[in-house]
Formats: sequence, structure tokens, C-alpha cells
Amino acid sequence: MPTGEPSIALSVPVGDAAKTTTCYMCACRCGIKVHLRNGKVRYIEGNRDHPVNRGVLCGKGAAGIMQHYSPARLKAPLKRVGPRGSGEFAEIGWEEALSIAAGWLGEVRERDPSRLAFFTGRDQSQALTGWFAQQFGTPNFAAHGGFCSVNMAAAGLYTFGGSFWEFGDPDWDRTKYFMLFGVAEDHASNPIKAALGRLKARGVKIVAVNPVRTGYNAIADQWIGIRPGTDGMLAGALIHELLRTQRIDLEYLVRYTNAPWLVIRDPGAGDDGLFARGGNGKPLAFDKQSGALADATLAGIAPALVGEYELADGRTAVPSFVPMAERFLSAEYTPEKAAAVTGVPAETIRRLARELAHTAFEQQISLDVPWTDWAGRRHETMTGRPVSMHAMRGISAHSNGFHTCRLLHLLQILLGSIDCPGGFRYKPPFPKPTPPPNRPAGKLGTVHPGKPLAGSPLGFPQGPEDLLVDGDGRPLRIDKAYSWDAPVAAHGLMHMVITNAANADPYPVDVLFMYMANMSWNSSMNIPAVLRYLTEKAPGTDDYSIPRIIYSDAYFSEMVPYADLILPDTTYLERWDCISLLDRPISEPDGPADAIRQPVVAPDRDVRPFQAVLIDLGARLRLPGFVDEQGAPKYPGGYADYIVNHERGPGIGPLAGFRGADGRSYGKGAPNPRQLDEYIANGCFHQHHLEPEQRFYKHANKAYLEWAKEVGFVGSADPIIFQLYLEPLQRFRLAARGHGAVQPPPSHRRRIETFFDPIPFWYAPFEGAVLDEAEYPLHAVTQRPMHMYHSWGSQNAWLRQITAENRLYIHRDRALALGVGDDDWVWITSAIGRVKCQVRLMEGVNPDTVWTWNAVGKRAGAWGLAPDAPEATRGFLLNHLISELLPEREGGYRFSNSDPVTGQAAWYDLRVRVERAKPDEAGESWPRFERLADPLGQTRPAVSAFGADFREAQR
Amino acid sequence: MTTLPRSTARKLGLVIDLDTCVGCQACATSCKEWNTGGYSAPLTDQDPYGADPHGAWLNRVHAYEVGEGAQSRTVHFPRSCLHCETPACVTVCPTGASYKRAEDGIVLVNPDTCIGCKLCSWACPYGAREYDYADGVMKKCTLCVDRIYNETFAPEDRIPVCVRACPTGARHFGDLGDPASAVSQLAAERGGFDLLPETGCKPVNKYLPPRPRRDATAASAAATGVSANSGDEASASARFFAWADKVLSR
Amino acid sequence: MHPAYSVIFFTTASGAGYGLLILLGLLGPLGWVPQTSVFGLVGLGLALTLVTGGLLSSTAHLGHPERAWRALSQWRSSWLSREGVASLATYVPAGVLGIGWVFLERTDGFFAAMGVLAAVFAVGTLVCTGMIYASLPTIRAWHQPFVVPVYVALGLATGALLLSLLLLLVGVATAWAPWLAILTLAAAWLLKTASWARADRAERIYTVEQATGLGRFGKVRPLEPPHTQPNYVMREMGYRIGRKHAQKLRRIAVMLTFVVPVLVSALMLAAGSGIGLLLALGAVVSAGAGVLLERWLFFAEAEHVVMIYYGREAA
Repeated sequence: MPTGEPSIALSVPVGDAAKTTTCYMCACRCGIKVHLRNGKVRYIEGNRDHPVNRGVLCGKGAAGIMQHYSPARLKAPLKRVGPRGSGEFAEIGWEEALSIAAGWLGEVRERDPSRLAFFTGRDQSQALTGWFAQQFGTPNFAAHGGFCSVNMAAAGLYTFGGSFWEFGDPDWDRTKYFMLFGVAEDHASNPIKAALGRLKARGVKIVAVNPVRTGYNAIADQWIGIRPGTDGMLAGALIHELLRTQRIDLEYLVRYTNAPWLVIRDPGAGDDGLFARGGNGKPLAFDKQSGALADATLAGIAPALVGEYELADGRTAVPSFVPMAERFLSAEYTPEKAAAVTGVPAETIRRLARELAHTAFEQQISLDVPWTDWAGRRHETMTGRPVSMHAMRGISAHSNGFHTCRLLHLLQILLGSIDCPGGFRYKPPFPKPTPPPNRPAGKLGTVHPGKPLAGSPLGFPQGPEDLLVDGDGRPLRIDKAYSWDAPVAAHGLMHMVITNAANADPYPVDVLFMYMANMSWNSSMNIPAVLRYLTEKAPGTDDYSIPRIIYSDAYFSEMVPYADLILPDTTYLERWDCISLLDRPISEPDGPADAIRQPVVAPDRDVRPFQAVLIDLGARLRLPGFVDEQGAPKYPGGYADYIVNHERGPGIGPLAGFRGADGRSYGKGAPNPRQLDEYIANGCFHQHHLEPEQRFYKHANKAYLEWAKEVGFVGSADPIIFQLYLEPLQRFRLAARGHGAVQPPPSHRRRIETFFDPIPFWYAPFEGAVLDEAEYPLHAVTQRPMHMYHSWGSQNAWLRQITAENRLYIHRDRALALGVGDDDWVWITSAIGRVKCQVRLMEGVNPDTVWTWNAVGKRAGAWGLAPDAPEATRGFLLNHLISELLPEREGGYRFSNSDPVTGQAAWYDLRVRVERAKPDEAGESWPRFERLADPLGQTRPAVSAFGADFREAQR
Repeated sequence: MTTLPRSTARKLGLVIDLDTCVGCQACATSCKEWNTGGYSAPLTDQDPYGADPHGAWLNRVHAYEVGEGAQSRTVHFPRSCLHCETPACVTVCPTGASYKRAEDGIVLVNPDTCIGCKLCSWACPYGAREYDYADGVMKKCTLCVDRIYNETFAPEDRIPVCVRACPTGARHFGDLGDPASAVSQLAAERGGFDLLPETGCKPVNKYLPPRPRRDATAASAAATGVSANSGDEASASARFFAWADKVLSR
Repeated sequence: MHPAYSVIFFTTASGAGYGLLILLGLLGPLGWVPQTSVFGLVGLGLALTLVTGGLLSSTAHLGHPERAWRALSQWRSSWLSREGVASLATYVPAGVLGIGWVFLERTDGFFAAMGVLAAVFAVGTLVCTGMIYASLPTIRAWHQPFVVPVYVALGLATGALLLSLLLLLVGVATAWAPWLAILTLAAAWLLKTASWARADRAERIYTVEQATGLGRFGKVRPLEPPHTQPNYVMREMGYRIGRKHAQKLRRIAVMLTFVVPVLVSALMLAAGSGIGLLLALGAVVSAGAGVLLERWLFFAEAEHVVMIYYGREAA
């Protein structure tokens, strides 16, 4: 070294200890290694061995330190002492807090368990929370899926037993053509990023369909700046083109789908449109070999896809393929028609269809991996149609999301690209039967005081008889899930709970118990109304319309001041957690995986992990399963105890790895007292690796299905048949036509008739359809910044520096037409309200669309931020503009602003107009709400020099 | 030593792929995280929870739009110190706190001798130097000098933290002075370019330009299958059903 | 560039101080000024006080003033370091000259040599100061040949005004002193005008298309800044002043720095010593304020090339 250069310490160890755990900076659940120095978090890095992120870490994950040390952390249990919303709280001890909660909950349970509404937000412990609700006896349970992704989950599960995101993945390493629909930076955060990098390296063409060209869409080979809510029409036109040019995989259809199943054609009959079934109850097909009807599920038949056939009773039936093909071959789905709807030129649509077909059929791949199909037939190779797709909330959060998502799956299936090499692959425990067999519990007459529910509150209805409605067809759940409003509400409708409870529609609740969901702010539509519902008194009384609200959260969110009792949660580095196969696992297509969180540091505040609190409450309430025969707590060791020792079925527990007394069993096995140690030793996750012969065609792969049955993923090893034609929807439709014991009230019949079409179709999103489009000419959508997750990012000293305020982005040409310039302030007006904000012009956005970053706007005083923080003064939300209810229909009924099939909140249906604000209105966003009082007297440092303590190690 | 080494044994630096970067900020926050407790500790933040939050960051990601209409594109653009061969920031330093290492070309600031005069930040055309208002010294990218030689690390982790974290693999680290190195070859293959070569600073870091978009592929020209747009809808439908009426075994 | 107030005060005060020192160092040995202890004490005292005050003020700009001594080490490459060395070096001949003048009332021989040396060093310091700015290619308005002469000329001009004042203070009325002020002011005015013209004319040679290397794809526009609130680079380098506002301030600066002092100096030629003292004081105050404003504008109007990454189209 030449003289003059100082000598520097090059080999300082990162810290004095390191622990693996699972990230919680978003829903991606990457493996992380947390390095500590002197008991403080020094550095968080991605775990190289982890199946989700393989070592990388995103912008959020790498900012975890600032989340963990956020000044917005709650510090002790709180009891409300002032009026609701005032933020006046008294700190109380845990014993007092838990006895208050247990008192409220116990009283409700003994009187009417359904008067408890228990809803959780972005938690990752729904296997526990759902079980708590079941043992408590309330049907009023769900997590946040109703305003997140239920359209995607339900459409996928009912159609092919998997879904985008959690339950499947593109075959990143083999695909040759990749289409991304409506994905911003959403979930699967690092896997998608890493995969896009790999696709780029291999030169795979990436097509991004999204109204906004940012993030992933920016690096696509082709960006399709589609009009929001019209992706289904694009998919329909692609299907049209594939059919017209005879470019679909017919063999795949007869092998794996219900396309050949015969559908009864008998207009007016109670079984019109249902599958014709044989004496054994199995669907029928026409066997071209024997020239006769045959059990459609048999191997070796040659089922017809075309034609009209006579049934034994003399009626006619057609393969379900026929009405499906007729629909998409019709003039309704031509590229020209789609071009008018989507804004995508017809020639582009044709070209996409050609490219898809070319890749699927001319670039077919073949793996030399022998496998055996469900019928026991051996195949020497695995054929792949290397076209893959991924979709997310841009598809899901529309009132046509369920059918749009079905259209995408139909497109994939017609190309023969589900679970084949290069296509879209299931992540075990998926595929599940189409749909999964469990039905929602809580039917009329099954909810009893002091008793558990017969099953889980959430499930998959297969017809009107599975609905939770009373004799008049009125909803039995507070959120109206599984009612005629939203019959296939597989994730519930959390977004309607506060509105419905306050309006006693269908009935009031006594206790609203919520976890980790900012329902008074960015997780609700129409925030001013929600705040009113939370604080208004029941008519003629001195009680709040929602009398008691218990809320658990780690941070001082906007929701905290509206609760009566606060149970402060820990940060993600201070807790046990379980990413379970019973819930939303972290599996990879080559094998199921689950994971844990372990406490990396001890809390320095009087807080407890919510799951441990829930187990404690369960024991105090003496809920079955939470106490032993003597009434003593069954899991005195809290959540860790539960994770290891709880059995949902014999040998099946929250974690699938290291089971059995010796820790060698997978899936099923006796609880292993050393299970958590073994997970920790393995990096806090466990992945099972499927045999090569099990890795593709899982829905029809004997070796896979038999193994899946053995470990409890599926009930039988029967093949999983893709439901292109969705018979359960037809059952609902028949009820609307006056058939069956359970029928919709007259007000709902037309809606059910229209939207419960067994063949997917595109229809205009509701908000656009009911409003004058000339008055509200623009679509308005949000997307999440890559470096933030919901409202959490703004309390993070690092992440908020990246985005402390948001703009409304508008196309340059549209802005010119509106007389709006860059940095101008504008009013956005929807049918229910106005918002003022500042604009930025851009090229890469659909010209009929404006958009902004989600959840950056904050209420003054919340999240430990100064009241004059830019988030509060210049940030804004679109939520104020979105109605939770659709306009009144004939008869005065107001449906929720949701998908009519699943109840998924239709955030992205929003229509607005934009006008320039007056010069004197510039400078601050609007509306502004009263500043929240800080219940804890949080101190905000003027300067943060995090890491200064670590300096000594360097010198 | 603010006089520059005549030559450096190696030219360590980064190659940043603008074709692959999705702008996720992982490089920015992982850098902040590592370096606030590392060689540059701390990277102070001013008013971190207040009206005017700003702090010292060594890595920042811009997003630009380029071009108009259908030809336009969005490019995410991470920026950090380019570890120039002739760094103007070093020669202006009055104290010798700024220096370029002879061994590997890394440009560093010695936080124990920097007087915080800010002149180096004026001299740098790239905005790569950030003054730490609380610490009173200049901070900059160290190319993770406390990682890349760190013998307490596994060999695969001896890379800058931004490269370690980058989820898309858009960042590459290596010796750009060695034409045979992976980074040099990548830069050569992909037309890696310098930022503002006109300044004469001779950046070591290279940027890979966005690749040409493929709005149409070979498949679009001639496709198998029935592509003629002949006949009306009804006949297209009839032709389709005739085609699909095959003996297909299940 | 964000105006750095301590630096502005430093260059204004030290500039005048060095200007005065140069004149005393040369005119003392020539005998143009009184060789009395009093005049030596007042003259050199004022010059060195201004220099020292300025230097001390400049350290207020530093994050670590206590380490300022380290700035003397890199004179081989750094103009800032050279400025530090030169400024300290100037104290030696200036101090020796002071000993001769104040205690021995001698400015000849060895002390004359010291006077010349002090003047040379002072000029050197002013050149170094100017070169700190002029050597930065990142700032178009500074990177030009007139910056250094302006620093030297303004130092001399303000020094000459001080000298006029001092001479009147000790009761010496001369014609050459106001003339010297007028001439140096005129020279500085000319140079400053040229400097402004040069800065205004200088082509913005760097564009955002070049800076990002993306020009091959078309016009480049910022979509998202790295951070929504200004960062250090934007705070330090992103200062902007409106063109009209700047023009107005330039006119005021010219008025205060040049017009008023020149007119006043001309008046002094005509006026008696009583009123002359007041006039000289007025000229010093006016020029001082003017130079402060000129220096403020020197920063405020300067555009740094880095800002093209933050939304300026060219720099």
C-alpha cells in the first residue's frame, strides 16, 4: 500500500449474533438472516437457502430495521377513556386488558356468538384465527381477502384448483413467453423480480398488460396500456383468435377438462345447463369410439367435443365445449370489438394471439422425464407448452374480476399450459379439487350460544343450498358473505363489516374484534362514512352503534383511536409465527414449503404477540381445543406451543416438516417437541422436494396425487378436472329462475341470472356502467410503491424518504386537453366526493386513466409522524372517492361495490373527472381530517443517527 | 492523499443493467442499512418523522420516461458513486480525506479526517457525494470495502450489499480493469456506457442500455393454423367445429 | 448553488483585507503612505483583522472546524488547500512588515521586501480563492477565465476604498487614493461585466439525455425523483433564482459595488477632509454590501451539472 492511504478495518464481523427468521415487510415472506450487535439489529439480509427469495431482499425487507424501531410502535395495552376517535386512552396492564376482552367476548358467546365479528387484516395466521372463530361459534370471521384477491383465488380454485400468486407460479426457468396482467409490485415480490431478471437473461419475451407502465411493466418487451377493467375482453378476444385460427390443444381439453362433459339443454327445466350424469352420479360424455354415452371420467374413451347428443331420457345435451366455443367465436369477442373496449388495437390482439399459439405449439418443449398419469398410463416424456401468465390485483379488484380471472385461466387451459413444463405450475398443496370440498359453516339454525361452529366459517359453496341465508334469503353473516349478495364470497367481505354493523344490516354486532387492518383509513372505501359509523350512537341510545371494538396492532395506525380496547402486538422480529400449509404457504412448484418466525430480539415494551393473546383469550373463554379436559390452558407456552402441538387432524399440524417423534415424518406425524429447533437449524423453513416424476401435471399425475393424499393435501387421488364450464354457477342461476329450495329474493334474481354464467364472460365494471361516462370520463386506480406495503411504509424513516407524498399521474395528452400542467393542483371528483392533489404528467399511462401510489396519504397525527408531515399535508388517498355501496337499485336496495360472484371489493372500478384547482387552492391536499391525538406521547427524534453505536466496531 | 495513484492495480466497480432494473429500491435501502452501521456509520437522517425528512443515502434510484407515445419507455436509473479513474472529487479535497485506493481504485472518504467543506460534492458531476449534516463529514459509496474483503464472510457474500440484495440481478460487481472479467465482458457485449464521459472523470461503473423492445416476434409474420380472415363469422364457426370434431382419446 | 453565507462573508472580508494588505505592502515601502506606527497599526491591523475574521468565518462552513488545520496538507492538488497555505503564509511577511512598521517605523530594505512578499502572497491567496471556483467544470458560471481576475480585482478595489478611508482617518488627504479606488473599481467592474456576460453566454453543454445515456431513445423526462423531499444534493446544488430577480439583484450589486463608490470617490477628490471621511466610509459600506450581494449572486446563479439528473434539461 502506498503511503498516505489510511489503513481501514476490512474484516469487521457483521455483528455478534445472527438468527434466521421470516420477513414481514410485506406478504412475500422471504427468508432473512438478522444480524445483531450488542442486542441491536445491525443488518438484515436475504437467506440464500430460502426457497422464496434465494438470498435477495427487496427495498422493504432491507429497511426492516426502521420498521422494528419505529416510534409508532404501541407500548402497552390501552383502554379508551375519552370519546371514540379522541385518542384519549389509559394505559392498562395485560391482566386487566385480557379480562376486559374475555368479559366482553364471554358475554357475547353465551348470548349469541354471531354478535362477535372477528376480522383480521394482513396477518399470516388465518389457520389459527379461523379456528378461534369456529371454536367461539361465530360465522362472522374473515381476513382481508375480500378486498384483496378473492376473485383471483376463487376463480382459480373453482376452475383449476390453483390460482395465481400463492397457489401457483409460472415455470420461470422454462417458459418462453410470459404475460403479466394487472401486476404492480404485489406479493410474490422477490420471486417475480428474480424471475423477471432470469427471463431477461434468457431473452424471453415479456408482455405486460397494465394501464400503467412502471416497475415490472417498464422492463417488458411489450407494454399493453389497457383500459382498466377490460382485461377480460382482451382475454376473450385472444380466445376468439385462437379458436378462429384453430390453435388450441384439443387433446389437453379432453384429458384434463370438463369440455367434453355433456350439458343438458332443456330450457325451463330445473336441471337445464347442469351436467348430464349417469346412474353413478358421474358426468357423461359421448364416446366416439363406442358411439354411446359414457362415464366422462373414464380413461380410454374418445369423448366428443362437438355435436348434440340424446340422453337416456330423450332430452338433448351438448359437450360443454360447444357453448363455450360458440360464445367466443361470436361477434362479441372479435379483436375489433375488443379494441373498442380495451383501447388495444385489433392488430396487436391478433399478433399476441399468434405469438401465444406459436410459442405454445411450435416451440413446444419436452422433458425426458417418464411419468404415470392418473389412470396408470406411463408416458415417456413431459410435454410443455411454454406460455405462462401471472395476474394480480389489477384483475382482481374489479366488479368483473371473477369472470375476468376465469377468462385468463380459460386462455391458459385452451393453450394446454397449466402445470406443464414452461407453463403455469401449481405450488403444492395445490392443486385442490375444483372447488375444494369444504363448505362455509354457520347455516341457519347451526349457531348456538356457548357452542362452536360445526366447521370453518369460510368455504366454497357449490350451490344455493350452501349459502348462509335465512328462510327469506336474507344474509346470516354480518358481511353478507355467502348470501345472494355475494354467494361465492370465499374470503368474506371485511370491507363491509363496519358499514353493515353500524347500520344493523342485517343485524348489529356487540363486539367487533379486528387485527392488523387499518379499517378507518386506507383499507376502507368511503372513509368519511366509515368514521361516522365508528363514532355514531345507536338511535335513541347512548351506546355506539358498534358498542365494543377490540383492536390489535403493533403500530399507532389511524384505526387505533377508534377502538375501545387496544391489544398491542409485537414487531415481526419479536415473535413466533407460522407460515403454514393450512393457510397460505410459501411453497414452490417443485415442492411444498412452510416456515416460521422466531423471536430475534425481545420486546422492550409491554406488548405481546397477537397469536399468543388469542390463545390466551381462547383459554380464558374455555373454548374447546384451547383448554384440556380439566379446563386448563392447552397451550400454556403460547403460540410456539400451539405451532408444535396443535393437531388439526390426526398427525396434521401447523407445520408439515420434521414431524413424528423422531422428526423424520413429513406432512403427517405425531407432534415433535423439537420441531421448532429443527426448523431453526434449517433456517426457519422446511421444503419438501417432489420427485421429478411428480413435478408436472400434478392434477393428473398418479405419483403426485397418491403422495398428496398420503400427506393430507387432498382427500383422494382422483384427478382434478378443470372446470371450464362451472356448474355450481349454473345451480345459482337455476335458483334465480325459480328452481330449488333456496332461491334468491326477487330483488336479486336478475343479478344472479346475469352474473352466474357458467361460461366466463366480460362485462363492463359496475361503476362505469351506472355512471354517466361523460361526467366521469376517467378511470382512477392505485398501485403500491415497490418499497412500501399498505400503510406501513410511512412510519419507516427510510422508506418514507423515498415517498413521503404522492401525485396524481395523468397522461400528457389528456392533461393538455384538460389545461393541466406538470405540478398543478387538481380536484378529482367521483360520484361521492372530491379530493385535491398535485399532478405529474407522464407518457406511460392509459390516456383514459389517472393513478396514484396507494396508502401514502396519512391522517395527521397517526403513525408517529409529525402532524405537518408531507404524508398528511400533501399526500392523499383515492379511498375517499370510492363508494362502498353501489347506487340504489329499484326497491331501494344497495348492493356493495363488489364483484357479484365473490363480493371482492371493486376498488379499481372508480370513475372520476379531473379539473384544475384555483391558484389559491394549491399547496395542500384535501380532504383533511381532524388531527389524531397521540395516545402515547410518542417522542420523535429530530435526527436519527442509527448505527452510530456500531461505529466503534469499524474503527 | 488527494493526488491520484498513477494507476490502480484493479478497477473495481459496478455494472448496472437498465434493461432489468424495475426500480424496487432494494439497492438504495440495503445500502442505507449496511452503511449506516458500517464503514460510514452512521448515515444520519434529519427530521426522520417530520415535515422535511432527508438523510444521507449513497445510492438513489431515479425513474425517467424517454421518448414519446408508442415509442416511449420508462427507465429506472440507480445512481451511486462511479469510482472514476480520475475523480475530480478527490483532487479538490484539501485534507486528503478523499482518496482513491491504489489497490483497487475505490474512492473513499476518511471520516476521521474529513473537515466537511463540501467541495468534493461541488466537484462531482454525478451527485455521488452526500454530506451528513449531523456527522459533519461527507459520505459516499464505499463499494462496500468493508464487505468485499471481509474474511469473516462467506466468499459469495464478499460483494457490495446492493449487488447482494438486488432481486432482479440488475447489478454486477467486478474488476472492470480486467478485460477478461465477467463484468468487463458483460459491458462489452451489451454496449455498456459511461455517464457523462465529456466530464473526463472516466467513470469505472458502466451502465447497460435498455435492450431494443420486441413488440413483434418472428411468430407474428407467418403463423401456422388458419390465419386467413376469410368468410363470415358463421362459416368461421362452422369450420372450427368441423376441425374440433376429432377422435381424441382421453 | 446554495449560497454559503460563511463563505460569502469570508471572501468579501478577506478579499478586502488582502486588497488592503497588497496596497500597504507595496505603497508602504514606496512611501506613498505614512510610515508612522499609528498608520501601520491601523492599516495592517485592519487588513489582518479582515483576513482573520474572514478565515475564521469560513471555518463555520465546515462540518469539523476543529480539523481545519488538515486542509493545509494537500496543496499539491487542491486549490482549497493552496488557499489555506497561502493565507497562512501571508501572515509571515505581513507580520514581519508589521513589526518593522509599527515598532520600528521602518518599511524599507528587508521590511520592504517583506511588504512585497506579503502582497505577492495575498495576491496568491486571492488567486487560490478564485481558482477553487474556476477549477470546477461542474459549474458552468464559475469555470471561466474571468472568475479569478474578478476575485483579485474586487479585493484590490475594496482594499483601495479602505485605504482611502484610512488615509483620511489619519488626516492625510491625497488625490491618488480616490483615483486608485476609481481605477481598481473600474477594472473590477469591467471584469465582472465580462464574467457575467461569459456566464450568461456559456452554452449548456450537458443534457439529461447525455447524463443518462438514454438520448438514443428520445427526449428524457424525470418521472420519479429518488426521494420526494429534497436531499443534500438538491439542497446544496439545486438552489434556483429567477432570471428577472437575478437581473434586478445584479443591477443593485453594480450600483452598490461600483457606481456608488466610484461617484463617491470622485466627489472625494473635490470635497474637503471632514466630509471626505464620511464619504469614504459610505463608499466602503456600499462596496462591502455590494460585494456581499455579488458573492451571493455568484452562488445563487450558478447551476451545477448534477441538477440535470433532477429535472433540469441541461446544464
